[in-house]
Amino acid sequence: MSALQAKTLSAPDHISPNSDALARISSIGARAFLIEAPGAFDLPGQRRIWALSRTLTAREDVVEVVPGMTNLLVILRDIPQDPTALASDLQACWRQASEVDIAGREIEIAVTYGGEHATDLPALCDFSRLTDREIVRIHYEGTYRVFALGSAPGFGYLHGLDPRIHMPRKTVPSLNMARGCVTIGGAQTGVAVLTGPNGWNSIGYAELRMFDPEADSPAVMAPGDIVRFRAERIEL
Amino acid sequence: MIEILQTGPLNTVQDLGRPGYRNIGVTASGAMDPLALSVGNLLVGNAAGEAGIEVQTFPFRVRFTARQRFALTGADCAARLDGREILTWWSMEAQPGQVLELTQPLKDARAYLCFDGGVAVAPVLGSRSTSLRGAFGGLGGRSLATGDEIGVGTDVPDGFYPKDGFGVRPPVDALADFFPPAEDGLLTIRAIPAGEHDLFGKDAERFWSQSWKISSRSDRTGFRLSGVPIQPTETVEMRSHGVMPGVVQVPPAGEPIVQMSDANTAGGYPKIAGVLETDLWRLGQARIGSSLRFCRASHADAYAAERAIKAYLDDIIQTRRLLFQALSAMA
Repeated sequence: MSALQAKTLSAPDHISPNSDALARISSIGARAFLIEAPGAFDLPGQRRIWALSRTLTAREDVVEVVPGMTNLLVILRDIPQDPTALASDLQACWRQASEVDIAGREIEIAVTYGGEHATDLPALCDFSRLTDREIVRIHYEGTYRVFALGSAPGFGYLHGLDPRIHMPRKTVPSLNMARGCVTIGGAQTGVAVLTGPNGWNSIGYAELRMFDPEADSPAVMAPGDIVRFRAERIEL
Repeated sequence: MIEILQTGPLNTVQDLGRPGYRNIGVTASGAMDPLALSVGNLLVGNAAGEAGIEVQTFPFRVRFTARQRFALTGADCAARLDGREILTWWSMEAQPGQVLELTQPLKDARAYLCFDGGVAVAPVLGSRSTSLRGAFGGLGGRSLATGDEIGVGTDVPDGFYPKDGFGVRPPVDALADFFPPAEDGLLTIRAIPAGEHDLFGKDAERFWSQSWKISSRSDRTGFRLSGVPIQPTETVEMRSHGVMPGVVQVPPAGEPIVQMSDANTAGGYPKIAGVLETDLWRLGQARIGSSLRFCRASHADAYAAERAIKAYLDDIIQTRRLLFQALSAMA
């Protein structure tokens, strides 16, 4: 059985000074803009994206914001008459965005490491030159942060994977990877939410269902949540 | 109620989609030709965003179990009601037991069947659209199947209609002035350059000038285009970001993909352009194997097209109101 423990962290939002580097702003069609943070793919960059997301969500002229990996897709209510002015406006919002550390929940996900679903563990051993036991231990000893959700309903992109077990996505995806597979894609890890084609590398399996469209809160994960994997079983 | 007597794969219940949940990875879905669905709904007295049936594989046959006003819009499928030919972009009444049959259209790709009162499936996350990938929404999150019985309509039909129904000019005629005409038989689709456009150097110009064929590996998720591949001048490492229908991405093989109604919510391929939302209905009616050319457009073009579409829909609402008033005075 899977276990989900959730609690709200009591720490207040952490605010730190903003930086002066400009974001990259581009169009997707006439009603959407993509704002890309300068700098590294790291937590400080993502914290400013969370702050920007909060600011823009509150605006009347914005209908939807979609946080990505140190970037934010902004969908406007109406087609802007002056797209250049709108882009400057978004740039100003970026400059004012301070790092906000979302008071996320803690989520523990019980995992069966190895076994029938860990189809890519041998390849990961070859690639990392580590034993399967070491890979599994490094994975469950990590603490991860949900950077954003996307790609499939409820799928959380988890940041914080130990570089020793980074593994590129497969050039030929698995055609029918099961929902629940615990996977590694490049520097990220996550839990597959749909059964189907998947280019990430599976090392285990979690029972916890990450998405229920009928629930009040359909996705288990939210940006800012802290995720830990617990080795419920290791089948090596 | 209607009973599905015959259907191909991938015909689904769709409304105008469930935007607003991309931040939890949920695709908006919705009709591939939202304009045809909207008109169909207006023709039966519904709000534009009610759910209807999107038919993209044929033949498709349904039996009405009760008296029911319906409208057929989108592709012309030489539709017949109990064997009698009926018009597209037209609203009329079916009698209990009558069978409606749609056959493979000669041009255009998708037909929409709307019912006074809509389709009685429960909304999920604010929409009745089917999400095939997520397996929720619509009729049990799946395509329609032969033998399905679907609740449609309302117990209290409202409005007054002429005996033989009524119809409208199809948007492709009524809005001809606001959309670029086909050139050399190629559908012209307007788009705005996107983030990595300039990265394609000279190939970016070829993206706009050459014709692209819609490959057979195309569906409601996206259209894959075949043509002379285009390549960026340098490889960039992209971080995964939110995407929406209309984005034109270029995977390593160099043949673009246009994301459509069931667009992924995130992507990381370089994007060369974004199709105007106002032009997506035209793309939604483009058939596999047909060709198109992209035309560089501005926000002002998009704004003008959006206003024209709104005026067209408002005109239908206004005409419907006048028609109801006149007929109720006569009744």
